[in-house]
Amino acid sequence: MWRKSIVFAMLFLSIALMYACSKNEDDIIPEEKKIIFSIPSNFPAPGYNFEENQLTNAGFALGKKIFYDARLSADKSISCGSCHQQFAAFANLDHKVSHGVDNCQGKRNAPPLFNLAWQKAFFWDGGVKNLETSPLNAFTDACEMKTDLETVVSFLQNTQPYPELFKKAFGSGDINSQKVLKSIAQFVGVLVSGNSKYDKIMRKEKGFTFTSTELAGYNLFKEKCSSCHAEPLFTDFSYRSNGLDLVSLDEGRSHITGAAADFGTFRVPTLRNIEYTSPYMHDGRFYNLDEALEHYNSGVKNSPNLDKSLKGGIMLNDTEKDQIKSFLKTLTDNEFIKNTLYSES
Amino acid sequence: MLVSAKTLEILHCIQNDSNYLITYSSFQKKMKLHQYLLALLCPIMLLSSCKKSGDEITANTKSSFTIEFEHQVNGAALALNITNYKNAKGEDFKINIFKYYVSNIKLSKADGTTYLIPESYFLIDESKSPSKLVTISDVPTGDYTRIEYTIGVDYARNFAGAQTGVLDPIYGMFWTWNSGYIFVKLEGTSPQSTAANNAITFHIGGVIDPNNTLKTFSAEINAANPLRIRTDAKPNMHFIVNAASLFTGVSDVSFATLNYTMGGANSVIVANNYAKGLFRLDHIHN
Ligand code: HEC
Ligand code: HEC
Repeated sequence: MWRKSIVFAMLFLSIALMYACSKNEDDIIPEEKKIIFSIPSNFPAPGYNFEENQLTNAGFALGKKIFYDARLSADKSISCGSCHQQFAAFANLDHKVSHGVDNCQGKRNAPPLFNLAWQKAFFWDGGVKNLETSPLNAFTDACEMKTDLETVVSFLQNTQPYPELFKKAFGSGDINSQKVLKSIAQFVGVLVSGNSKYDKIMRKEKGFTFTSTELAGYNLFKEKCSSCHAEPLFTDFSYRSNGLDLVSLDEGRSHITGAAADFGTFRVPTLRNIEYTSPYMHDGRFYNLDEALEHYNSGVKNSPNLDKSLKGGIMLNDTEKDQIKSFLKTLTDNEFIKNTLYSES
Repeated sequence: MLVSAKTLEILHCIQNDSNYLITYSSFQKKMKLHQYLLALLCPIMLLSSCKKSGDEITANTKSSFTIEFEHQVNGAALALNITNYKNAKGEDFKINIFKYYVSNIKLSKADGTTYLIPESYFLIDESKSPSKLVTISDVPTGDYTRIEYTIGVDYARNFAGAQTGVLDPIYGMFWTWNSGYIFVKLEGTSPQSTAANNAITFHIGGVIDPNNTLKTFSAEINAANPLRIRTDAKPNMHFIVNAASLFTGVSDVSFATLNYTMGGANSVIVANNYAKGLFRLDHIHN
């Protein structure tokens, strides 16, 4: 009898202990959700997979803090988040071309930032080849943050609470450009947008169907647009001219390759979240989707490198334009736009 | 007692492998008892240990050596900012910046075995004296008769994620708008240059055809005086580096027509030039 109760007491004690222990852990990290890089089931395998940049909550939080820190720019007025705004799917609302320090106007429209882990190259001309090195130009460009890496690194070394945050993220408090870039990559790499109405329909989630207008738009889209804006990322990542100008002011892809055949070609942009990323095209020349669609209908110029499939443009009557527009709006992912995990806090 | 040539070779293998404490004499005594067992064991060891080390005298010891890069312009010492030099076209020029990457250093022995120095990336900068003397450690001891290295940074690292050490973009040798390393950077002035402030700007890099500028340099080392790496001897290799080689060798560059390049076809012209004449192995101090 005695023995039995001792055994019970021991059992009880150990359960209580276990409970206390787990309780304790919860107390230390209150309700912190593990940051994960989630791959939507209707997406292909990503190119960047965090293998050499272990994703952690601390690394992500550090990257996010750097992303929103305007003190890193020359006049302390511009952060990454100034040009890449969450409500615009991390593009730059109402800015044709980017505005950097000293009100300097860049020559290109800030692209949205999401699904970057699937991108093989970055910038409109594909000049940057690795997600981790893509913020470098923003730091140093005279028309963006106009600083240099040495200044960025020494600012972070000398500004609280950065040393502590670097220690949490990388196990040691010393700060170098590699850690800065890796943490930013953790933040921007996790930005995945794959929960639009379109995605839910493709994944056959319950309760989601296209309206008849959207469906008509989807069919038109597959017929006329998806040779370049290929599903499910809505770009095939190729560089093409869609005939914006007879002679492009921006040389585009040939700036990188030096090849005449690439003059005036730009990366086919994704059309996800297109509802929020105006103005459109590499120089932000179109303010709304109507203008962009009218370009394909009546504005395509016969530039020397115009993509063959666009010779003569793409005839679209008003009904068809409306249908395509309503389909494009099914690519809006409000869960992404409103996710507070990505917001400046 | 009869010891076949093969067994001797095996013995040699064992002796060289410091993990095995069997000496020649103790081995001799036990020979008869364990003959068969060892006959079986040794070839396996041979395969696993001897093959890797290659060198017979000094299989497992390691030591270091240094490489000195002496910067010149057509035989005269390089002095930044002040001295006037002449290119092959007879045009005057001054140099303000001269720096370059050397990577993936590979040493070979007369028997053809090679040793690639792992993670060997060096940024040599005229304005930073210590960078001109490079120390390479953990090299298997032996006599080396050939050295080879990349002028620049290998293909893969140009596209890799954020790097550190000398490959840190903080050193201004990384293009942020067309990502990849600048392999050789020479900036200065020439009265013949038509660019603003008579500047000459040569940033050479790029690894994609047709504008690939990756070049390999190699030098044979006189077998009579090889690079003798020993635990008690750390030799020094002395290279003469001729900055003017960017502008001659295959095609003479005139600053009137070519004074600015940052990758692309003109960079290839310059890279083809310096592939011929940037480095010359001058001597080795053993
Ligand atoms: C002044 C506005 C501005 C600022 C500030 C800015 N960016 Fe950008 N960003 C741009 C523009 C414009 C481009 C497109 C550049 C091009 O195509 O040449 C771009 C492109 C990018 C891309 C590539 C996107 C793609 O799809 O190719 C990434 C990633 C990026 N920025 C991240 C950042 C980060 C991180 C920061 C902060 C360190 C930052 N940006 C700061 C304007 C800005
Ligand atoms: C031949 C390939 C091709 C076809 C077909 C094509 N596009 Fe495009 N699209 C492009 C390219 C390239 C750009 C970027 C052009 C630039 O900025 O210079 C672009 C840009 C856009 C943009 C602006 C996106 C942004 O973020 O700025 C929209 C909207 C668009 N296309 C919609 C469509 C629609 C709708 C169709 C079908 C009616 C279509 N496209 C067919 C290649 C194509």
